Amino acid sequence: MRQVGTDRVKRGMAEMQKGGVIMDVINAEQAKIAEAAGAVAVMALERVPSDIRKAGGVARMADPLIVEEVMNAVSIPVMAKARIGHIVEARVLEAMGVDYIDESEVLTPADEEFHLLKRDYTVPFVCGCRDLGEAARRIGEGASMLRTKGEPGTGNIVEAVRHIRKVNAQVRSVTGISEDELMTEAKVLGAPYELLVEIKRLGRLPVVNFAAGGIATPADAALMMELGADGVFVGSGIFKSENPEKFARAIVEATTNYKDYQLIAEISKELGSPMKGIEISTLPESERMQERGW
Amino acid sequence: MKIGVLALQGAVREHVRQIQTLGCEAIEVKSMNDLPGLKGLVLPGGESTVMRKLLDRYGLLEPVRSLAKKGVPMFGTCAGLILLAKEIVGCEEAHLKLMDVVVERNSFGRQVDSFEVEISIEKVGKDIPAVFIRAPHIVSVGPGVEILAEYDGRIVLAKQGQYLGCSFHPELTGDTRLMEYFIEMAKEIHPSTLAKTNRI
Repeated sequence: MRQVGTDRVKRGMAEMQKGGVIMDVINAEQAKIAEAAGAVAVMALERVPSDIRKAGGVARMADPLIVEEVMNAVSIPVMAKARIGHIVEARVLEAMGVDYIDESEVLTPADEEFHLLKRDYTVPFVCGCRDLGEAARRIGEGASMLRTKGEPGTGNIVEAVRHIRKVNAQVRSVTGISEDELMTEAKVLGAPYELLVEIKRLGRLPVVNFAAGGIATPADAALMMELGADGVFVGSGIFKSENPEKFARAIVEATTNYKDYQLIAEISKELGSPMKGIEISTLPESERMQERGW
Repeated sequence: MKIGVLALQGAVREHVRQIQTLGCEAIEVKSMNDLPGLKGLVLPGGESTVMRKLLDRYGLLEPVRSLAKKGVPMFGTCAGLILLAKEIVGCEEAHLKLMDVVVERNSFGRQVDSFEVEISIEKVGKDIPAVFIRAPHIVSVGPGVEILAEYDGRIVLAKQGQYLGCSFHPELTGDTRLMEYFIEMAKEIHPSTLAKTNRI
């Protein structure tokens, strides 16, 4: 019997993206540049996160026309963002045939208590996480892929580093503790018990975990791979840099060959200036996107 | 026996796990230095456009082609099948151009149309779980290509001498029968003897 939207089909799609770079784009032209540079997928948006920060106000799902334009422009998968808990935005994107939905803290949340029940959809979802509790809750709701939250639109890698280290340290800890300690661990982390049992058995998360939120240079991308990310999302980093084409290619190469430091040195030469970046401590807590999500 | 997995991008670890489960040594192939000594090469699922770019960038396209000319068996799954094909619908230039098949990308639709199903393959086994993710299919085959499986009226698994190509992802399941079939192929085809027959 032919079955669509199974865990294997939804998680499998993310498995195929491993080792790759997913790039934020705001129109068909940028999507083509991203595809030509070797992006494994593009995220269709109305504004990249750094512009969302600048614009302020409420950030919503992109205009469906932009998403459609991007879908028609490239043959690689197209992702799009829906607001946390916004059932209808997610259903609209699914109806349009988007390949993956990011239930994203970059947009203004529509629900401050509940996330989407992602298991109910045929389209797969990716969600942000800062620790294993958050990661496991999202998987519990049906997310098929995870990413670190980092601090989007800042060009500052420090938060993404914090989040990937935290998640991986907690995965190691769950893998190492004895089975009779798992229930209390589930209580402490705020994680579904069954998922911790699965993580302990696998020795890793049951879905891929990409890095996102603050990657601004090829070295940043390579750092996240070194720390155990399965791939990277680059948001504002590419099209806010001086030479997006060259920048995009360099990030793809650094991600694939994250241990080849000579190569990273070569490809980092004369890239032009990366996006300017924001020091996190200067961001008031109300402007930290990573605080969104529950 | 060493079986390589092209490790530029995509579902590498799943293939590695299956190869190891079957008692072979799995080699992740990232550069041409990883090619000598391989008795078979798996081209995994992923994004074919990305893998092609990386094959070019790391100078792997020709070395993989010459490995094939030496008779080393190759198994392409999904994007890997696209890499193997001689012709891709709507694409001017194919990639490795080794297997005499014409393939069409994303031919079952977008991700929301992706599916899994069990298919029976006479030469491999019954009820094999097949996961199709934005999958390609084989539109037509040249002489000497054996069609091993069809689904929904489309060719999804074919073999031509040393080459095995499939639309779906056996690596995403715990079922290793198709990988076993490939490893048997690799055992039967000794690159040295095949190279000789090629010369004749």
